[in-house]
Amino acid sequence: MIANYGYKDGSGEYFISVDTEKCTGCGDCVEACPYGVFEVVEDPMDPLSDDQVAIVTEAERKKIKYTCGPCKPVSDRPPLPCVAACLEHAISHSW
Amino acid sequence: MAEDTTSKDYWRWTESNWHDPDMDWREGDIISAGVDVGSVSSQTVIMVDGKLYAYSNMRTGSDSPKSAENAMDWALEGTGMTLDDIHYAVGTGYGRVNVPFAKRAITEIACHARGANFMYGPTIKTVLDMGGQDCKAIRVDQKGKVVSFLMNDKCAAGTGRGMEVFADLLGVHITKVGEMSLQVDEEPPMVSSTCVVFAKSEASALLREGWPKEKVLAAYCLAMAHRVVGLLERLGIEEDFAITGGIAKNIGIVSRVEKELGIKALKPSLDTQIAGAIGGALFATALLKKERKKK
Amino acid sequence: MITAGIDVGAKNVKVIIQEDGKILGKGLVLAGLDTQASIKGAVDAALKDADLASDKVEKVFATGAGRKDVPDADDSYTEVGADAAGAIHLYPQARTVIDVGAEEGRAIRVDERGKVVDFAINERCAAGAGAFTEAMARALELPLEELGRLSLTSTKAVPMNAQCAVFAESEVVSLIHAKTEKQDIARAVHDAMATRITSMARRVGVKPDIALIGGVARNPGFVDSLQRDLETEVLIPEDPEYVSAFGAALLAAGLGK
Ligand code: SF4
Ligand code: SF4
Repeated sequence: MIANYGYKDGSGEYFISVDTEKCTGCGDCVEACPYGVFEVVEDPMDPLSDDQVAIVTEAERKKIKYTCGPCKPVSDRPPLPCVAACLEHAISHSW
Repeated sequence: MAEDTTSKDYWRWTESNWHDPDMDWREGDIISAGVDVGSVSSQTVIMVDGKLYAYSNMRTGSDSPKSAENAMDWALEGTGMTLDDIHYAVGTGYGRVNVPFAKRAITEIACHARGANFMYGPTIKTVLDMGGQDCKAIRVDQKGKVVSFLMNDKCAAGTGRGMEVFADLLGVHITKVGEMSLQVDEEPPMVSSTCVVFAKSEASALLREGWPKEKVLAAYCLAMAHRVVGLLERLGIEEDFAITGGIAKNIGIVSRVEKELGIKALKPSLDTQIAGAIGGALFATALLKKERKKK
Repeated sequence: MITAGIDVGAKNVKVIIQEDGKILGKGLVLAGLDTQASIKGAVDAALKDADLASDKVEKVFATGAGRKDVPDADDSYTEVGADAAGAIHLYPQARTVIDVGAEEGRAIRVDERGKVVDFAINERCAAGAGAFTEAMARALELPLEELGRLSLTSTKAVPMNAQCAVFAESEVVSLIHAKTEKQDIARAVHDAMATRITSMARRVGVKPDIALIGGVARNPGFVDSLQRDLETEVLIPEDPEYVSAFGAALLAAGLGK
């Protein structure tokens, strides 16, 4: 499943996507993110399975453009900590 | 299907409850319930062995637990069933953690997907749900499992709330907006701002320029349709396609979404507002089976 | 050389007339339906303030969202360019310029020579600009000035969850119903807004000194929240809403960077 967390507002589209087929629930992104954007829980979209997956916390979903701001300087953008930490390449950002 | 309706008119739906008089629930093995407490409306669905037995649909009050209880009581009304007869209840929707008698809370996306699969059959692939305060796009497989989704509840544009702001500005009743917006000879250019706040200033300027209300509404409905199509495109649209939620009843939006996509949305056989509660009841059935197997 | 800068903003048209970096006159008119009339009104007001005849103005540069609407401007500049020119003239030591207007927020990083190195913009969403505080003042049934002042008396940080001006209005209403003190709601509004502006500024890298310009700089509640969030003081000129127009006028005179 591709879980898209975030929003589209007048200024643009800001989604963090987690591919739950790839995500192993290891929690490396949780450790890597300086602002607590991720958590690992039982897959909320598949209540009949016990698989652990990374999700974007409820509190962050409406403001990721702002929370992720410092990770995304206008120039000389380094790799994003969350994306770099995920060895399964399960995380991507739309902006 | 007989409907007991009250006259309360809000978001163009009537509070209602229903149960199947031909079914004897006492013969059922698994009695499950799904309770969907949304920001505007709350629904309860009761299923007997995975078959729809009863439901209710009413407005959400200021207190979520109370709204859940009311919706449950109303679904039970006239059935002879009591809360104690229900083996497993699932809470869903925005107030899902506040359903006192639910064994488990499940996100509305999962429940909605499962409910749409039940209502429209296994060919349903894409669901657009436009509620009072959010807009969701969901892709499902033939079993009703979520393949991909997105939910926009940050921005009022593309939600019932955004439409309400416009209805207020123009002094048009929310239930009339859709039809009125279609009373134009020709589609005007769409309102260019997505943001409801800026779109509202744009609309005020258009009114001052002498545009009739119908034309302003058409320009906004077009913009709103375009916006939700944009959201859908992020997931990709595959038929069958269905639109659910409060705005599904706004013909001005639905017809424009269909036009922009070039496909028709399926017509539901049941009130689409109970999709989430149906999904909840189906999950309740499945979870109970799983529990029994373990024992 | 006497020059004029015309800033056609979303809410107001602002005009500055300057000579050798000194402001001679200023004019501000609400941007109405008829943009041309508003521009003319603001220019006339500035000329009157400067006590000058229009033929004394040698060059006119326009800026702002509606800069293309100025009929006889000699040239136009982006808001970012005009912001930087105006702010750096006032505060040569500034390295970061934050401009918060009615419909847009901007953060600009400049180097030692006042050249723009980087910028970020919050636009097309009312939640990131002055329109947000205006909507909240309406929800609270307070004049905007009052909202700012009240905020300073708050002693409690109340979180605001809504990130949309429309949803935030409902949240403010429910906070009122929940008997939250008005000053605490006011602070919550400014804190929320400041967080969004700070995060935008962090994308260009916040280097001191920081100049805060634009109409919202007049709101002490916002300034307080922003300074708390940035953990440093900001410099605010006397007429923060005119800085962009001033910048355009300086650029017209060849005084900008
Ligand atoms: S970009 Fe930074 S703040 Fe955003 S989720 Fe990744 S690590 Fe966290
Ligand atoms: S674009 Fe407008 S409607 Fe959307 S979140 Fe921003 S303020 Fe709200």
